[in-house]
Amino acid sequence: MRKIKELVIERTLLASSLVTIAVTVGIILVLSVEAVQFFSEVSIIDFFTDTQWTPLFTEKHFGILPLLTGTLLTSFIAIAVALPIGLTISIYLSEYAPRSFRKTIKPLLELLASIPTVVYGFFALVVVTPFLQQLIPSLSGFNSLSAGIVMGIMIIPFISSLSEDALHAVPRALREASFGMGATKLQTAFKVIVPAASSGIIVSIILAISRAIGETMIVAIAAGQQPRFTLDPTVPVETITAYIVQVSLGDVQHGSLEYRTIFAAGITLFAFTFILNTISYRIRKKYQEKYE
Amino acid sequence: MNNIRKNRWKDQIFKYWGIFCTLIGLVLLVVFMGNIVIDGISRISWDFLTKLPSRKPENSGIFTALMGSIWILLLTTIIAFPIGVAAGIYLEEYSKKNRLSGILEINISNLAGVPSIIYGLLGLEVFVRIMGLGPSVLAGSLTLSLLILPIVIVATRESIKAVPSSIKDASYALGASKWQTIWYQILPASGGGILTGVILALSRAVGETAPLIVVGALAYVPFAPQGPLDEFSVLPIQIFNWISRPQAGFIENAAAAIIILLAITFVMNGIAVYFRNKWQKKWK
Repeated sequence: MRKIKELVIERTLLASSLVTIAVTVGIILVLSVEAVQFFSEVSIIDFFTDTQWTPLFTEKHFGILPLLTGTLLTSFIAIAVALPIGLTISIYLSEYAPRSFRKTIKPLLELLASIPTVVYGFFALVVVTPFLQQLIPSLSGFNSLSAGIVMGIMIIPFISSLSEDALHAVPRALREASFGMGATKLQTAFKVIVPAASSGIIVSIILAISRAIGETMIVAIAAGQQPRFTLDPTVPVETITAYIVQVSLGDVQHGSLEYRTIFAAGITLFAFTFILNTISYRIRKKYQEKYE
Repeated sequence: MNNIRKNRWKDQIFKYWGIFCTLIGLVLLVVFMGNIVIDGISRISWDFLTKLPSRKPENSGIFTALMGSIWILLLTTIIAFPIGVAAGIYLEEYSKKNRLSGILEINISNLAGVPSIIYGLLGLEVFVRIMGLGPSVLAGSLTLSLLILPIVIVATRESIKAVPSSIKDASYALGASKWQTIWYQILPASGGGILTGVILALSRAVGETAPLIVVGALAYVPFAPQGPLDEFSVLPIQIFNWISRPQAGFIENAAAAIIILLAITFVMNGIAVYFRNKWQKKWK
């Protein structure tokens, strides 16, 4: 009796963990089934080479490039903001800051990551854009610059927290050896500790990029909804995620080609983040083995 | 000699640069908060919490959105909590090192990195269309449950891992079965940590906007949901809707609603931190 009960429980628990597999399979199935139907009507070559994306207009073009450049542009600006600041914070907290300061500041920084993204969108549109317009008068009301900057602020804690963990895990002996040679903290940090923790830092950067690419509300609110094949940060653009939001808010018939465009856009997004996540997982596994 | 001084000098400069970078994030946080409070605090009143949305900003309230968020929170907890904790227990206590456990592990780590809007597409197709739930609270909750599942699982595993093995050994030595050991020893001992993780995951769910928009949550609902199959809106979507309107009054409304949303998020984070501290002390 007891054995049966134990077995039933074990199977139930196993079933729960298999839900996660079902989710992945579900995502891949849903995206590919709709995308396959989409590509039966739209040539995949046009999809990747056409520089116009106008599925909601009468003259339809299905080139993903404008959405891709929009996504990459906002993500690039975000990383350009978050990487130097996040990395400096992690080095400062791990190598310079007193213990008590580190202990109070880390949760506060992580608070930045817990703020809902719609709130960041509000900052970008209502605070940052008007401020930047004073510096750059030609800046449009919707633009990738302020969306990217605010997104960068949002992902600072992702980089600083994970990188700090990696720096902190570097054995003390390495530091002491470097100090013993007469190196300053700065020299030790950049010539010894950062190289030793490089895999952890790279993982944090990859995760931050993946986060920026998938970020939705900030760009939907502040970057605009005009797909444009441009790298100019001062004009409105549209990202893949913002396009999906735009279509979801309208009345698009289920089963129509317009409806399928969000899945075609979705699978492109999924492919990008999947590759980035897999790379970071590989690096993380390798790095764990190194220290254990 | 000159070189040494130069290096010390660089060292000092970097130190101050580090302090500056660390504080700039927090300063911006304070500036943002200040801005929002200035914009929105005058709108917050009992009326604002209990009124229905309206075309006129000064008559609008967040009642339906707030109720929608509470519904989502409750249903998501009911769905994600048992599945997530069960999966966490399985992975930590039962699963052996084989191919399946390897796949599960990679898979969960990958799911945690899938953009939330993709979960929205999954929910739209599976829950809204195939299962025929429509753009209901239940469909939204199921979608968010899948979204936070990886977080709950990882938190459960971490907490179980932190339980000293002496407790487990003692339980087995007294003749307890595996499940008895888990149920009577491991779960009570790791409860605080699990709770922390679950609350943090839920605070993320409360702030989620994109997947619910994709699932079909409405920007305007005249009534608060009465049951799990009703249409709904949530606070973040109400905020998004107000931000995208041109009239200045709606920006104030958005700021006021943001104050309420942030209050909910921060209180949940606070509770989570409290549980974490309480639970950490136990093992020290």
